[in-house]
Amino acid sequence: MEKQSDLLLDIQHLHTGYRLQGKFYDAADDVNLTLKRDEILAIVGESGCGKSTIAASIIGLYDHKNTKVTGDILYNELNLVGLNESLFNKIRGDKIGMIFQDPLASLNPLMRVGDQVAETLYYHTDMDEKQRHERVIELFNQVGMPRPEEMYRMYPHELSGGLRQRVVIAMAIACKPEIIIADEPTTALDVTIQAQILDLLEDIQRESHSGIILITHDLGVVAETADEVAVMYAGQIVEKADVKTVFSHPLHPYTRSLLNSMPQSDDEEQDLHVIQGTVPSLKNMPREGDRFAARIPWIPESEHEADPKVHEVEPGHWVRCTCWKNFHFQEEASGE
Amino acid sequence: MWKTILRRLLIMIPQLLILSLLVFVLAKMMPGDPFTGQINPNMDAKTIAHLKQELGLNDPVWVQYTRWVGDLFHGNLGQSYTQHVSVLSLISDRAVNTFWLSLLTTILTYALAIPMGISAGRHQDEWQDQTIQIFNYFTFAIPGFVFYILGLWLFGFTLGWFPISGSVSASAHGFWGVVGSRLYHMILPAILYALITTTSIVQYLRTGIVDNKVEDYVRTARSKGVPENVVFNKHILRNSMLPIAAFMGTTITGLLGGSMIIETVFSYPGMGKLFLDSISQRDYSTLTALILLFGILTLIGNLLSDIIMSLIDPRIRVK
Repeated sequence: MEKQSDLLLDIQHLHTGYRLQGKFYDAADDVNLTLKRDEILAIVGESGCGKSTIAASIIGLYDHKNTKVTGDILYNELNLVGLNESLFNKIRGDKIGMIFQDPLASLNPLMRVGDQVAETLYYHTDMDEKQRHERVIELFNQVGMPRPEEMYRMYPHELSGGLRQRVVIAMAIACKPEIIIADEPTTALDVTIQAQILDLLEDIQRESHSGIILITHDLGVVAETADEVAVMYAGQIVEKADVKTVFSHPLHPYTRSLLNSMPQSDDEEQDLHVIQGTVPSLKNMPREGDRFAARIPWIPESEHEADPKVHEVEPGHWVRCTCWKNFHFQEEASGE
Repeated sequence: MWKTILRRLLIMIPQLLILSLLVFVLAKMMPGDPFTGQINPNMDAKTIAHLKQELGLNDPVWVQYTRWVGDLFHGNLGQSYTQHVSVLSLISDRAVNTFWLSLLTTILTYALAIPMGISAGRHQDEWQDQTIQIFNYFTFAIPGFVFYILGLWLFGFTLGWFPISGSVSASAHGFWGVVGSRLYHMILPAILYALITTTSIVQYLRTGIVDNKVEDYVRTARSKGVPENVVFNKHILRNSMLPIAAFMGTTITGLLGGSMIIETVFSYPGMGKLFLDSISQRDYSTLTALILLFGILTLIGNLLSDIIMSLIDPRIRVK
């Protein structure tokens, strides 16, 4: 047997559906992803594209009554889909750490932040109270919080946004998890703090050799931190490649439109590219054909596959549908 | 923490001053004077004038006010016009009765409301919740006095399970005999009153749980691998108790305030009944003292609520 598998998470044919008026609609539709040790995998997409749904499915935190999850999420040959709650509780917080978007809302307002971090240790380690306290102080130092002893006794409302997110990160890494899921970890923070938090995540990963799933809509964050990128549209992964490939020669029309709509600081004259239309709602999602077709109406229907599949166009570079081969922006077509 | 309490105590000083002025002015505006109904109707005007002069009723208003406040500080609330005993002893007798009835009611209220609120919140929209909601609509919609009278008629009068008036039986003797008789007299009004007052506590608790269980910090707790029952008790329930804690102060002082309706329906000699009686019998000195006392109790109740809230919610502590 090899030393320790580098493959941390193997997601195969994941379908996560939410019940709306008695029927289930897939918010994540046939998702295949892998996460390796020492890797930062970014999942990018607009709001509502299903990226947070994937996170919730991995860690098993969804409304079990109104959500249907099928497929496989393999962690060390253990399938997390349908895992019973008491087993899952042993994995959550210990093997998988989760960082959420809004650090103020993510912390219990009535508990001291130190105690909230220590709570993770209580359920996953044999440490006594004193050891837990010491470990929290150590963690606070690691995530760069000044005066950790004093911070231990603070309540969330007494801390700044950046410090709160450091507490949330300390909580997520308390048990040295192999997998860290960061769901929009910098969205609620201002730009200078964003950079610090991203640096911190990278530092943590370098030290712990964990795998990080970074969920974001911010392409700047992706370019700065990710190793692998999965671009999602309407519940499906439309393109997947390493970060260099995605930014240097993106293929799928959606990836190209998304990159084109990023503001360029060196070109203030040019108008921002706008993707026409909106993401269809979960209920009105087209279940057949290319889901992005409606937003690039100048591309004839014949260019799309009837049932778009994901193709490996070059080693490690996967693209859904074949429409990318003849894709051009509308402006280019009209000769502007 | 101490600063919060100190600040609140300082705010109470002007509040008390305004309250005493209001009560004094209202008392002055009431028709009649201390002699109305108290003296021999054949007494001549000269003697009355003399008595008035002696009692200081001809002094300037502010002199009368300061004298009244000074007497208050010495525990002198004056004489009851109708009962011919000191107001203080009248009130303290009634306060004891009210205290025990209110205490029993409060215990029953919380003992019923908290499990109901938890059950409704935890099983939102399931049969437990729906049953409790129906019960709540019923207790909210039915006026207290109708409910009490029906209860009194059914369990006291028709079935004869409980006494229908008073606070203790005249034939009770011995310490335990009196305690038992008092309890026996209190049970029916306490149960009926508690059933009616559960409504708001159940609703606040249910709403708190329903709101809190979808909060992000609850998801965080779950993502740490905290078992579901601990998530509920330690995170959801504790945070949902905040609105109930906000009532605690006034509930504590309410132990002395009593309830006019329940005490009147059950002819229970407590503060609420005393208040109504002193209105109908125009016992102004008792009435004034009671209004002042209820005012002070409200102020203290709010102070206690604030202190309790700042103890359990760190967000409202003043630095």
